[in-house]
Amino acid sequence: MIDTLETLTENWADRVAETADRGGTLAIRGGGSKAFYGGPELGEPFDVRANRGIVAYEPTELVVTARAGTLLNDLQAALAEQGQFLPFEPPHFSDLATVGGMLATALSGPRRQAVGAVRDFVLGVKVLTGTGEILSFGGQVMKNVAGYDVSRLMAGSLGTLGLILEVSLKVLPLPAAEKSLRLTMDESGALDRLNRWAGQPLPISASAWHDGVLTLRLSGAVAAVAAAQRTLPGDALADDEATVFWSSIREQTHAFFAGDAPLWRLSLPSAAAPQALGATLIEWGGAQRWWRGGDAQAIRAAGAVVGGHATLFRATDAMKAEYGVFQPLSGPLLRIHRKLKHAFDPRGVFNPGRLYPDF
Amino acid sequence: MSLDFSTGDPRFAVDRPALIARLSVVLPADALLTVEEDLRPYECDGLTAYRCLPSLVALPENEAQVRAILRICHELRVPVVPRGTATGLSGGATPHPDAVVVSMARLKKILRVDPFSRTAVVQPGVRNLAVSEAAAPYGLYYAPDPSSQIACTIGGNVAENSGGVHCLKYGLTVHNVLRVRGLTIDGESVEFGSAALDAAGYDLLALINGSEGLLTLLTEVTVRLTPKPPLAQVVIASFADVRRAGEAVARIIAAGIIPAGLEMMDKKAIHAVEPYVKAGYNLDAEAILLCESDGTPEEVAEEIVRVVEVLDNSGASEIRVSQSEVERLRFWAGRKAAFPAVGRVTPDYLCMDGTIPRKRLADMLEAIEALSRKYALRCANVFHAGDGNLHPLIMYDANQAGELERAVAFGAEILELSVRFGGTITGEHGVGLEKIDLMAEQFASGEIAAFHRLKAAFDEDGLLNPGKGVPTLARCREYTLARAGTAPVTFVAPKS
Ligand SMILES: Cc1cc2nc3c(=O)[nH]c(=O)nc-3n(C[C@H](O)[C@H](O)[C@H](O)COP(=O)(O)OP(=O)(O)OC[C@H]3O[C@@H](n4cnc5c(N)ncnc54)[C@H](O)[C@@H]3O)c2cc1C
Repeated sequence: MIDTLETLTENWADRVAETADRGGTLAIRGGGSKAFYGGPELGEPFDVRANRGIVAYEPTELVVTARAGTLLNDLQAALAEQGQFLPFEPPHFSDLATVGGMLATALSGPRRQAVGAVRDFVLGVKVLTGTGEILSFGGQVMKNVAGYDVSRLMAGSLGTLGLILEVSLKVLPLPAAEKSLRLTMDESGALDRLNRWAGQPLPISASAWHDGVLTLRLSGAVAAVAAAQRTLPGDALADDEATVFWSSIREQTHAFFAGDAPLWRLSLPSAAAPQALGATLIEWGGAQRWWRGGDAQAIRAAGAVVGGHATLFRATDAMKAEYGVFQPLSGPLLRIHRKLKHAFDPRGVFNPGRLYPDF
Repeated sequence: MSLDFSTGDPRFAVDRPALIARLSVVLPADALLTVEEDLRPYECDGLTAYRCLPSLVALPENEAQVRAILRICHELRVPVVPRGTATGLSGGATPHPDAVVVSMARLKKILRVDPFSRTAVVQPGVRNLAVSEAAAPYGLYYAPDPSSQIACTIGGNVAENSGGVHCLKYGLTVHNVLRVRGLTIDGESVEFGSAALDAAGYDLLALINGSEGLLTLLTEVTVRLTPKPPLAQVVIASFADVRRAGEAVARIIAAGIIPAGLEMMDKKAIHAVEPYVKAGYNLDAEAILLCESDGTPEEVAEEIVRVVEVLDNSGASEIRVSQSEVERLRFWAGRKAAFPAVGRVTPDYLCMDGTIPRKRLADMLEAIEALSRKYALRCANVFHAGDGNLHPLIMYDANQAGELERAVAFGAEILELSVRFGGTITGEHGVGLEKIDLMAEQFASGEIAAFHRLKAAFDEDGLLNPGKGVPTLARCREYTLARAGTAPVTFVAPKS
């Protein structure tokens, strides 16, 4: 029987080492809420949810440390009790979403345009490497430049560099006020306005354009939100309607995301011109654009040409295998990726092929 | 005496005449310094206690020249030390005795300022403040503002992941850089990040920030520009004891306020600054806090009321709010000039850079006071209190026998205490040469070994900035044994 979480993770370390010794692989799994994301899950399923719980939370330090198997919902509830939150507004995609999965996929929600992504709030991590070592990087303080920033490197690594055991995150106080506005506008008009507004000191914390309708969210001090509401065009949404709307964007329950057509995520310079390649939903002031269907090669090329990249976010396994999930890397970058993988997981135990088929 | 790279650190067999011959082909005559009088100005960075004459200094003007230098050095196995304007405070740009110092200061073009997408593309030798100046006509600025911003370069900022007095609200360098273009040691082009908000694959951009010139040479940086807030006001609160000032910091955060800046200075710092800058600080205070609020006039008014209330309840003996932009800048001028001001009242000083949880600020100040007595050296304290980042300035006189050694030991104790308080040995200045031994205080051998493997993923032969940032495992063992009392502690030998 496992009596403490420490013994648990030590047992895990043994299991990883043993798997490596016999040339096996492990597919790390939290709640499975983002199992659809990235390459296929290959290897023996390794459920990491037993390693859960908040290790330390001090609201006045604006820092929380949680074990990776902690439910994202539980973490957010603990923060909300103290009037704080995870500013990057991570999507859950299921009530089973865990903190580890949040970090490994590094997906951020609507507020990303205003506050930054998951990686911007990571302060420290504890990981189990592919050789069965438990290592700690970063820490629990806001500023820390001792050693390479391995903690942020874990964000978006899809478990390929190691099994995340624990993460320390910077948190922030909840905004005092929020208001959402809605106006009708075509795509190029919306992109133009969004970029212009972003160059002004306005408290815009989220934006979504789809099908001729632009929705904005303002967040901040009561006075700041009220002042911006006077400056900006659009009709105010009722608060509960706004909550439902932003949740539908974050959780992809909005009608745009329904159906089986492949879903592409384009990460583009916010000012990139409209791209007529399929049905579009635009977020992050123009910097994140979702497309349904369309010609895969044309989409990849369109992303690269303007200095961004395209991810095949949701699609059949066959389509993912054919086109790859993530934008291909340049030769030198791919070499660095392989070597980094080797540095943390030399025998390729963790999540092979989940990020790129090469490793 | 030149710097002694300790046992276990790499040395390189360099055929200097052959190297000069090769470099002369790819560089104009004025871009290669070879004689001692020209090399002398490059022997140290802002951490002047550590000096070493470089073998050569190259001053490339464009990326093609940088690439050519790297290819030659890589082929001949010659180490390379990247250098911005050497304002660094941890010896990151201090030469290695066998190295070519590659100064990036001549790559100083602002390539593009795009107000529409709020970005600027700049060469690495562009000074931090120059970016904000170029963006100012559009109501934009580059948010990270190290106190050295008039002089330090963007390349150096990225290499150190520099902070500034406003990073509590606006983030560090890593939060404000979108894309970095660089060259690996073999001269290959790499791009980390992108013109969008993220890039495919591992977050190498995050890894490059703060990598102290050990992974790649940076040749171009795309930074994010931020709209200038219409108004900023600063509150100065004086405290009759440091503990109350420390507690006030925690209370401001607890009240849900994220000020644009939250700085603390102790009495010694105030007394060094006031005669020099005449910022109007209270000379009777044991500590002062500077708390800035920015945003729309409505927002600032709302926040200032709340800040003043918290400070009042925290036992501040005097509270003043800047009433004009001129006054606000005067209040900040003292803080921004703190290092040079202390430099006026002592022949030499060492600037420490630990970070601790905010709640330990007062404990740390008291501990420093005790250490100051123990080592019989004065210490002025300037803190980025909002993020718990400390800059104790240990004053000494290098011409007095033993003072430098005492100052180094004093500093080491502060940093060890920072780690024990749950913090780190460096918040923003980097490990460099200065804190390399102290890395063993914060990391076990497993992490150190992982750092070496990571480095090798970019630079297999260890040619980029050798002997900095991460200690060899042998050196960690030496240090750990020494701390356990079984061997004498020796820090990197400073100048004679
Ligand atoms: C008075 C004073 C105040 C300061 N205040 C602050 C402050 O508030 N906050 C703060 O964070 N720091 C501060 N500093 C420290 C220093 O200014 C920063 O670390 C700064 O970023 C260094 O920039 P630099 O151009 O001088 O770099 P250098 O000192 O020349 O180099 C620093 C490091 O970067 C590497 N490097 C430089 N350019 C490149 C490049 N193009 N490619 C790869 N590597 C490169 C070097 O090898 C070295 O390791 C202060 C220093 C002084 C003297």
